[in-house]
Amino acid sequence: MASHGIKDQVAIIGMGCTQFKEHWDRSTDDLLIDAVTDTLASAGVEKDQVDAWWLGTAQSGMSGVTLAAPLKLQNKPVTRVENYCATGSEALRQACYAVASGAYDIAAAVGVEKVKDSGYQGLNAFPIPTDGTQRTLTAAGMFSLVAPAYADKYGIDPNELRRTLARIASKNHSNGAKNERAQFRREMSVDSICAMPAVAGMLSVFDCAGVADGAAAAIVVRAADAYKYTDKPIFVKALAMVAGNGSGLADPEFDYTHFDECEAAGKDAYAQAGITNPRTELAMAEVHDCFTPTELVLMEDLGFSARGEAWKDVEAGAFDLHGDLPINTDGGLKSFGHPVGASGLRMLFECWLQLRHEAPEERQIDTADRGLALTHNLGGYPGDMVSFVGIWGNRLG
Amino acid sequence: MRGIISAAGYLPHWRLQREAITQVLGSSAGKGQRSVASYDEDSLTMAVDAGRRALGAVPSANPSALWFCTTSPTYAEKTNATIAHAALRLGSEVIAADAGSGLRGPAAALRSALHSTDPAVLVLTGDVRTGPAGSVDEKDGGDAGAAVLVGAASADSGVAVIAEYLGGASATREFLDRWRSPGEARTRSWEDRFGEQRYGDLAAQAWEAGLKDAGLQLDQLDKVALVGPRPRASAALAKKLGAAGVEVIDSLASSVGFTGAAHPLLMLTSLIEQSQPGQVIALLAMADGADVFFFRVTDQVSGDSGTAGGVTVADQLEDADNTLLYSKYLAWRGVLPVQPPNRPEPARMSAAAAERRLDWKYGFVGSKDHESGALHLPPARVSFEGGNIDDMEPAPMADVAATVATFTVDSLAYSPSPPVVFAVCDFAGGGRLPVELTDVRPADVTIGMTVEMTFRRLNTADEIANYFWKARPVRGHGTAREQLEKTEQD
Repeated sequence: MASHGIKDQVAIIGMGCTQFKEHWDRSTDDLLIDAVTDTLASAGVEKDQVDAWWLGTAQSGMSGVTLAAPLKLQNKPVTRVENYCATGSEALRQACYAVASGAYDIAAAVGVEKVKDSGYQGLNAFPIPTDGTQRTLTAAGMFSLVAPAYADKYGIDPNELRRTLARIASKNHSNGAKNERAQFRREMSVDSICAMPAVAGMLSVFDCAGVADGAAAAIVVRAADAYKYTDKPIFVKALAMVAGNGSGLADPEFDYTHFDECEAAGKDAYAQAGITNPRTELAMAEVHDCFTPTELVLMEDLGFSARGEAWKDVEAGAFDLHGDLPINTDGGLKSFGHPVGASGLRMLFECWLQLRHEAPEERQIDTADRGLALTHNLGGYPGDMVSFVGIWGNRLG
Repeated sequence: MRGIISAAGYLPHWRLQREAITQVLGSSAGKGQRSVASYDEDSLTMAVDAGRRALGAVPSANPSALWFCTTSPTYAEKTNATIAHAALRLGSEVIAADAGSGLRGPAAALRSALHSTDPAVLVLTGDVRTGPAGSVDEKDGGDAGAAVLVGAASADSGVAVIAEYLGGASATREFLDRWRSPGEARTRSWEDRFGEQRYGDLAAQAWEAGLKDAGLQLDQLDKVALVGPRPRASAALAKKLGAAGVEVIDSLASSVGFTGAAHPLLMLTSLIEQSQPGQVIALLAMADGADVFFFRVTDQVSGDSGTAGGVTVADQLEDADNTLLYSKYLAWRGVLPVQPPNRPEPARMSAAAAERRLDWKYGFVGSKDHESGALHLPPARVSFEGGNIDDMEPAPMADVAATVATFTVDSLAYSPSPPVVFAVCDFAGGGRLPVELTDVRPADVTIGMTVEMTFRRLNTADEIANYFWKARPVRGHGTAREQLEKTEQD
């Protein structure tokens, strides 16, 4: 009665990631073809060698045909998956299990989202017929509830917390400025972020993830076969997933300062990977910084900071590029935007680069030799979300 | 004894100063102010608010019929009253129907209820009075809801009558005074003097016949309410009443405006609220004819809060936001179309999904787990505490007060009137719902603020009006605050 995990049974042997931006000149098909082509080249395998495919997309297409048609796959199983903002990670999780089961030798996980064809700013879920009583708040509005609750619980002056949140955005912008694949490549000072007008609670648009199109992909094989393809495979250490039951919305006990689903997924992942102190054992983490208060609270939910201490660790620079646990070294959702199906795989792509010492010099982390990296997604709202945590390593054991 | 069992008025929170109209349009809009329904209110929601108060005052009275009157209905073809029927959680055996679309509806429904043999009949009225900028309906109109529960006193059920019906009369004659095509904003009218004189004649005719029917002499009367779209039409009668020492009560023209189909019952409520036991009162309603009703106020009236739920019309006159901008008013009524946020408009609700969740959507009924007591909003089959399946009872929450646990102001979300003010609300005695606030300015929201639920129209898509509940601050009056204080004491 526990998740046993598949530590060191499966490895990633190739990855690709498009630039994330407003791809007015690229369709969903184009983004899929570009990401898959780069990924196959990275792994050194041909398209037809891939036995099975998983496609993550929240609302850019339905069914496996969305991938099979543009790539002209020949009689291959392709499964389209969706799991809110963890959609890309979910595609990878399914591909890893398929290989671990022995059902396939080579599997691919592909994530894509074409967000910018809707004509509206932001992410907009397609409507499912309902009784019309659902709340109409934006995600920014829902996550903005976290900031005052956190400030109140830990006795922080809201103006001080405002600067802490801006520091998170500033750090991610600084990292993104060093990344050619990022949508936003401009450094932003804490002062300039604090000067922006609020749009939801105390949050300004600079506390929110950008909105971009993009695609990313990974090829997975059994760990025993990995060195046939590359001398630097990345091994799957843990795959954890929690779909919350929404009780946070109805339970007066929930105080909007933590995300139980993320904490539970983190604990499961650490158990699978055999990690006891994530703050010192991890080389880096890519977390779901959809809004600045989200990243703040995640530092505590994922065990990087003690409860009520994350804001101090942020201020001390612990999570900076050269801090003791670098967070969102590629620039995060803040710099990349959030093409839902692609984000989880984009995060893994950064771990792939960093753990293989292949990140550009200006953002290569000092801690890569710790050998372990974490990716995290959440989707939904405080009190009502899904969460994924994956842990990846550059060596067995 | 048959008469009025309870009566309640509902005035929306907002007031527009007529001076604000003058400043924009140049020509004088007169003095005083008018009441303004918020962007999420309509004739039905205001009628429901009044209906909740009227029914809440007499829990043991079970109406067997609901008649709804408005000149600003949400739907043609579809009956509007059934929405109020759902929001008030009346039984399926209770008939609910619209009593016509003209101004005379409320008088007809009241007469019908008073002449009925049903133990109790609920008459609901609500109206949003609008028109082109500078129109009479804009300047002199007002928005309101009103409800009266009519029926017989019954020792068995403990139902009493606060105003005994003594008699009345009607006078009808076709003439063209004011008219409006369905769906039009503008009401047109014939020369004022014509209507005033026709109404004057009809009022005099009904008045004399009514006195005779009730067996009353003029000097037996204490207070009278004169209601109609032509204030001058009853000037002669008012003069006669004044000479006889009969008080003609304030028509609310300067503080609320003429609230159309809501006005007769709003004025009847105000009349009863201002009266003492034993006093004889009369309502004269002029609308395409004239109808007069005489009552004797009984000793069941308890001072200034005897009609319903302790919230009087006078309370609501005081407790209002008097600073609404004319531009906001015009935008709310659609007279001044404004650019909506660049967000997808809401999808229409599913009729089938709404009907499955009728008690939740319209009645605000959650569920409560028997074993753990955990309250579920919306209702659930599986408890989030303990996990029991299908072991819940309905938990009606519409009349339960809540406190704001945390809140936010969202300028990005789609709303007919941005920004969205949104709060996580914890209900007294258990239960939580993150829900939109209304009738509040963002700067006035605080953590710990007490709120109560109100039935509102969230949006309209594909011509479907989507109703649900929001929370509004509990102000100086109301049962919610008393209830919360009581719960805290318990």
